[in-house]
Amino acid sequence: MFLFYLESLIAVFPLFLKGLWVTVAISGLSLITATILGFLTGIGRSSEIKLLRYAIGFYVNLLRGTPFLVQIFVIFFILPEFGINLEPFPAAIIAMTFMGGAFICEIVAAGIEAVPKGQREAAIATGLSRYQQVRYVILPQAMRTILPPLVGQYVLLVKDSSIVSVIGVMDLTRVGWLTVQRIPEGMLVFGLVGIMYFAICYPLIQLAARLEKRMSVGESRL
Amino acid sequence: MLEYFNFRVIAQYLDQYLIGLLATGWISLVSLFLALILGTIACVMRLSKNRLISGVSAVYIESMRSTPLLTQLYFFYFGLPSIGININEVQTGILALSLNSGAYIAEIIRAGILSVPRGHIEAGIASGLSFIQRLRYIILPQALGVVVPPLLGSAIVLVKDSSLLSLISVLELTRAGQILTSERFMPAEGFFTTAVFYLVIYAALKVFSDWAQKKLIFREAH
Repeated sequence: MFLFYLESLIAVFPLFLKGLWVTVAISGLSLITATILGFLTGIGRSSEIKLLRYAIGFYVNLLRGTPFLVQIFVIFFILPEFGINLEPFPAAIIAMTFMGGAFICEIVAAGIEAVPKGQREAAIATGLSRYQQVRYVILPQAMRTILPPLVGQYVLLVKDSSIVSVIGVMDLTRVGWLTVQRIPEGMLVFGLVGIMYFAICYPLIQLAARLEKRMSVGESRL
Repeated sequence: MLEYFNFRVIAQYLDQYLIGLLATGWISLVSLFLALILGTIACVMRLSKNRLISGVSAVYIESMRSTPLLTQLYFFYFGLPSIGININEVQTGILALSLNSGAYIAEIIRAGILSVPRGHIEAGIASGLSFIQRLRYIILPQALGVVVPPLLGSAIVLVKDSSLLSLISVLELTRAGQILTSERFMPAEGFFTTAVFYLVIYAALKVFSDWAQKKLIFREAH
């Protein structure tokens, strides 16, 4: 029986590849949008405007304090009540962007905070504009602190993309869930799903670890 | 929007939410407890000089960290019955949650232990301290400062991750929201209420974690 299931699993393997592609597409797209949102809000957190800081803080805590599953339900089921009907795929991208953005915001804000105060004062004293300060003085130095956890966050984003399967996006997890209804060998089916996620995430985790090592070596020279 | 919000329905379903809150609470606590034990064991194994033992632990840690929790949950939920192990949904959920969280905790503890400089331990040996004394007076006080903040962070993650158990029909907070939504067709009431409960847990854990961090810094300064 096991061999029979194995054979049928091989027969539906192209579906898994399609699911893998959807997972990569969703995480890749939302990785870009979340990074943009995260950097904008992260930089905004060190702004002088109090209201902006509070608004960003509220957004970050709201999204960090609730499970992603609940957020995706809110976007997918509640927005239609206000007349905004979204297909599963764009709904997934929006949910992932807001969630990822909140986490990246914290990472960016922490990175900016780690830049010595004197650097910014020097930038002001040299007469750089606010944009120039951030662009040429603060961010390049903050990137050292930001980069390793940012890559770590990308791993989380790929993994969290599995949750969008619940609103019907045909990603890797959804393909596995549908397959297991036909081929009741859960370990086989989700073992395969797991291996595919592993192939994406493991190299990213190694990259994050290597970046962290490199950055800390650079720091110890100071 | 507030005028459309039907508080009476929420009041009707309040028992459901309280049962859910309680379930989320105890499931998270039990999983955290098991994850701490698992994480400690995995960490000790990972640091072992025996290649095989540390290899087994590395495979466990890396495979857990590189695959989504939802895939792991389905792996056990659909997989265990097919190899003849029948446990209920709550047990399956706790199993997946603690295995998943244990891998992260193992890495956190490892980072804590590795953060203690070798020279300190050697100095302890040289001054004739026993292993227990070295652990009590040299390693733990230094490692705790590194370990406790991320450990509390993973407790917060665990609470949020437990929301996935709703997908294998465990009655917890998210499930309570789903039930209200599907019985009354009121997704806003259902999921916003769920979100508020999670935010309350998050706020409480965050206050506790900030307090604990302050305490630890205080101790380190001495």
